[in-house]
Amino acid sequence: MGSLAFDIAHLLAGGLVLVSFMLLYQDRLSALVNVFALHALVLALSVAWQAFVQDAPHLYVTALIAVAFKVLVVPLALHRIIRQLGIHREIETVVGIGPTMLAGMGLVALSMAVILKITPEADPLAREDLAFALAVLLLGLLLMVTRRNAVSQVIGFMSLENGLILAATGALGMPLVVEISVAFSILIAFIVIGVFLFRIRERFDTVDTSALDAFRGERQ
Amino acid sequence: MSLDPVALALWIPLVAAALLASLPGYRLTARLNVAASLLTLLAALLLLVGERPAPGAYLLVDDLNIVFIVLNCFVAFTTSVFSAGYIQHELETGRLTATKLRFYHAMYQMMMFGMNLAFVSNNIGLMWVAVELATLTTVLMVGIYQTHEALEAAWKYFILGSVGIALALFGTILFYTAAQPVVGEGADAMIWTVLLSRAAEFDPALLSVAFVFLLLGYGTKVGLAPVHAWLPDAHAEGPTPISAVLSGLLLNVALYALLRFKILIAANPEAITPGPLMAAMGLGSLVFAAFMLYRRRDIKRLFAYSSIEHMGIIVFAFGMGGPLANFAGLLHMVMHSLTKSAIFFAVGNIAQVKGTQRIADIKGLTQSHPALGWGFVIGVLAIAGLPPMGIFMSEFLVVSSTFARVPLLAIPLVLGLLLGMGALLLRLTGIAFGEPTGSTAPATGTNLPMQAHLALVLVAGVYLPPPLVAWFQNVGVLLG
Repeated sequence: MGSLAFDIAHLLAGGLVLVSFMLLYQDRLSALVNVFALHALVLALSVAWQAFVQDAPHLYVTALIAVAFKVLVVPLALHRIIRQLGIHREIETVVGIGPTMLAGMGLVALSMAVILKITPEADPLAREDLAFALAVLLLGLLLMVTRRNAVSQVIGFMSLENGLILAATGALGMPLVVEISVAFSILIAFIVIGVFLFRIRERFDTVDTSALDAFRGERQ
Repeated sequence: MSLDPVALALWIPLVAAALLASLPGYRLTARLNVAASLLTLLAALLLLVGERPAPGAYLLVDDLNIVFIVLNCFVAFTTSVFSAGYIQHELETGRLTATKLRFYHAMYQMMMFGMNLAFVSNNIGLMWVAVELATLTTVLMVGIYQTHEALEAAWKYFILGSVGIALALFGTILFYTAAQPVVGEGADAMIWTVLLSRAAEFDPALLSVAFVFLLLGYGTKVGLAPVHAWLPDAHAEGPTPISAVLSGLLLNVALYALLRFKILIAANPEAITPGPLMAAMGLGSLVFAAFMLYRRRDIKRLFAYSSIEHMGIIVFAFGMGGPLANFAGLLHMVMHSLTKSAIFFAVGNIAQVKGTQRIADIKGLTQSHPALGWGFVIGVLAIAGLPPMGIFMSEFLVVSSTFARVPLLAIPLVLGLLLGMGALLLRLTGIAFGEPTGSTAPATGTNLPMQAHLALVLVAGVYLPPPLVAWFQNVGVLLG
């Protein structure tokens, strides 16, 4: 593999981590959705580049699915939901932006340290992709933990899945079964979440999950 | 075409799901659901006697998964019988509508399909997909009442379950990355039997990290502390038949996935030893859940925490490893599935009769409903681990094998068991005895499935047939 091919793959995977950081500090829902669309776009580019480099045409399908669902359909639907619910206002973050960013940096350092240490003999591209993918995954988790709002938790979850796809495409010759299943699971997951959001809005007049806590059966 | 039991066990639920989704009418669909579950059970029983197909690229049948499949199909069948009576009451009280019921039955069969597929899959990717499918269907069923609590429970279950399943997928990908340089690119590097034969050549460091992700990921679904938070809510707020299959079956599916990976990791001498990690998480869950049992006010939540406790014991036993502990773990798993689903059958009827799930509002059950009340008492005594029930025997085996190998670990183990027993007996006296409260009308749901399960547990505690013992010992050796 030429060094240019490697550099571009590296750039795109690194870009994904960067956009994950951008997700962390968005304090408006509509902006968060837009940045998520960017996240999915970078992922699609990265997957397409892997398809080109590995000469694996089936990966183009994965890239296309990413563009169709996660760059177009899902953000549009989320925008619609946000508008309907009238929650363009600021997100209430549980932890401040500063500590969140610091924690994010720690997680990225952790994933680099773990993956690069255990894969000294693996293909360098697969190895770095794996490290970046773990970083994206952990940042997605961090986003889910620091946000209380249902929509931002959904976005955190989807960015986490993006990290998984990055890892799956980085692993040489991973069977198609898995990629399609990943895409599918996101689709299903989204339908499920959509249904839930709908009901949650109906029942609670808000999609702030901290409002849900009040109804916990334990406190009676 | 010859009769292929594996194909039958997968196709019957799928076809039944399609039928149930399109057919109207409660009487017809409830019976169809029972019939389909019975047919699936018969197909699973064929596995015991029939010729086993050679391991293929996707499917595998061996001693280990036959135990799981037969148990799974049996409990699913008895639950479908219980569900028919339960659902009738829910329809009458208006908690479920005809549309939701259709959805409920279709999802029940889809869940069966997902669980059976997870058991027979020989491909670690396919297994992941199947576990995910089974989870999604149960999420939908937990939220089916659409009350505040049900939605919160389903949401929590969905988010935590998804995070768990995402971690498990990352572990699976890491596993593939470890296998790919040795086995070569493509589907071969995901086939369990191929992986097992060559696991010793894989990169040990990568395998170790993969196992940590798999343990956390599938461990979430098993309900191990500290990633158990979804479990009590999901059990308490969904329909009771679903609580029964969640506790009795779905936790086993995740456990099965974990065991498959444990065997793989153990085949590589340089990788991390999976045992201590599992034993530590199991023991932690046991002790944690035993303490939590004391403060429950909701009857379904109480037994949900008891499920965490027992899954802790099972994972601890498998973590200890060795033929005896594995045997005990396997036996305990079977006994727990049977007993816990029996208890949920009883709890379902109790909650319907009394119209409440609050423990404080349920009293004197043995007086107002003798059959139901005494069945419940026997079930709780069994799950608390009192002789002569099957659970006493399996717990005894776990404790004695621990004493023989690591005596110090037996102290927290026994402590956890006793604490759990105390909490359950404390609650039991309030619920079963004293002046009856609430309605004394007879229960609409049937007590037969509960009695059948309890009879099995009682018989197993007194006498285990030698072929079964030999089978379990064989599996115990296979598990390493």
